[in-house]
Amino acid sequence: MQLDFSKLRNDFPILNREIRPGTKLIYLDSTATAQKPQMVIDAMNQYYEMNNANIHRGIHQLAEEATAMYELAREKIAKFINARSSKEIIYTRNTTESINLVSQTWGRKNLNAGDLIILTEMEHHSNLVPWQLLADEKDLELDFIPVLETGELDLVAFDNLLNKKPKLVAFSHMSNVLGTINPAKEIILKAHEVGAVVLVDGAQSAPHFSVDVRDLDADFYAFSAHKMLGPTGIGVLYGKESLLQNMPPFLGGGDMIKKVMLRSFKPNDLPHKFEAGTPAIAEAVGFGAAIDYLSAIGMDKIAAHEKEITDYALAKLQTVDNLKIFCPKIPKRGGVISFEMGFIHPHDVAQVLDHYGIAVRAGHHCAMPLHEKFGIPATSRASFYLYNNKEEVDLLVIGLQHVNEMFG
Amino acid sequence: MDDFYRELIVEHYKNPAYKGNLDPNDYTYEDENPLCGDHIKIDLRVSSDNIITEALFSGHGCAISQASADLLMETIIGKPLDEVKKMTKETILDLLGIELGPVRLKCALLSLKVLKAGLYGIGNLEEELLEI
Repeated sequence: MQLDFSKLRNDFPILNREIRPGTKLIYLDSTATAQKPQMVIDAMNQYYEMNNANIHRGIHQLAEEATAMYELAREKIAKFINARSSKEIIYTRNTTESINLVSQTWGRKNLNAGDLIILTEMEHHSNLVPWQLLADEKDLELDFIPVLETGELDLVAFDNLLNKKPKLVAFSHMSNVLGTINPAKEIILKAHEVGAVVLVDGAQSAPHFSVDVRDLDADFYAFSAHKMLGPTGIGVLYGKESLLQNMPPFLGGGDMIKKVMLRSFKPNDLPHKFEAGTPAIAEAVGFGAAIDYLSAIGMDKIAAHEKEITDYALAKLQTVDNLKIFCPKIPKRGGVISFEMGFIHPHDVAQVLDHYGIAVRAGHHCAMPLHEKFGIPATSRASFYLYNNKEEVDLLVIGLQHVNEMFG
Repeated sequence: MDDFYRELIVEHYKNPAYKGNLDPNDYTYEDENPLCGDHIKIDLRVSSDNIITEALFSGHGCAISQASADLLMETIIGKPLDEVKKMTKETILDLLGIELGPVRLKCALLSLKVLKAGLYGIGNLEEELLEI
């Protein structure tokens, strides 16, 4: 059945909003955070109206319902990324916290002075700073897979880095600036050949195409609900059970324990060992609804729709005077396009577009080292999701022509 | 749009009257807003009775940061140094004649921050400028 993506827009109440009287919203900033379908909003409302209670160890009806809903969402997430079991799905606040969890537990336990961590030059700050903190603390070495002019990772250089026997390789599945989809399976396979553990930052991939953590053979895979139609405040760390079992707990408190004495405690079983304190329960329920929504459409169809819009946008944007796309010819790219407009500052680009109701992001997109490498202080970025369409791309192009008229 | 990018701002951005360097100078200082990459350097010449006789800025950034720097230079020339001390966020907003959200406010205030830090030392700045 051919899916009608234009009808699907109606599921997102915010997309009917006028930003100013007479100006409709054109939301091209889903890479920062996605908009939410009514179904997700309703799921969270209903939870608060009907089921709200604290989870686990509650005897009363509401507590049982809330616990079941919270755990059902975990099972949906496990199935969505093809994890072996829901024990491998740790709820966190977001991708950033997931990566910090690994650095502070697995990293602290297993890495020692002189050990090497390989990252890439295209990482978001969230997959750089946690490792910098750990490297400072434990005197670790960091090295980086370079980014080629094409916007792809230099896998030849990676092969050479692997000779240095890294203990960990951590990289993003898809760049939030360039849109590059990295060959995760190949990188993981090579890293495993030298005995490295691999963490994948899936913040941009999990929302936009099908991810199978078992097929990838990822050791850790981190992503956030809010970039995949779900609420803010909840994310996931997938980890192989054998690794998670041997990691010390992250935060201490209620729920992550089996037994507490005055001077010691016994940690809880997976996945609860890593979930201290009352978690984001309503958000988990909303996350589960978002997974249902995405699954009902099908990730392959979503990826195909985004590719169509992105290819169209790449072609149309090249007709705009003075506009230079940051790495326009990446062979495998998701729905992210960053660009410069000569001497016109990205803030001015974004501000003029905002006047037409068009939301794009301007800045370094939490990837300062990548911008520095290419000698660009900041870029403007348009990103696409399942609810965007070609008409919006046309309006973006008109908006950008206005930018040129104003500052040219 | 006309509200935001008033002709005045675009004009000062495109054709700044006070862009350049003064060498020698009596005061020079530069700083940047790392978030957006705006960079501003200000050079001043001051007479023996502490009147600003010449002021030029250089650097790069968005229209708001560059236009506010140009307007600020225009304003301070011929004024005693003491008067710069009294300048605040409102001075800049009056010069620009627009309302600004918190992000763009930082762009607008960068030049005043550089000017005051150059004259009085970065340690003597008001909090609203230090936050940039």
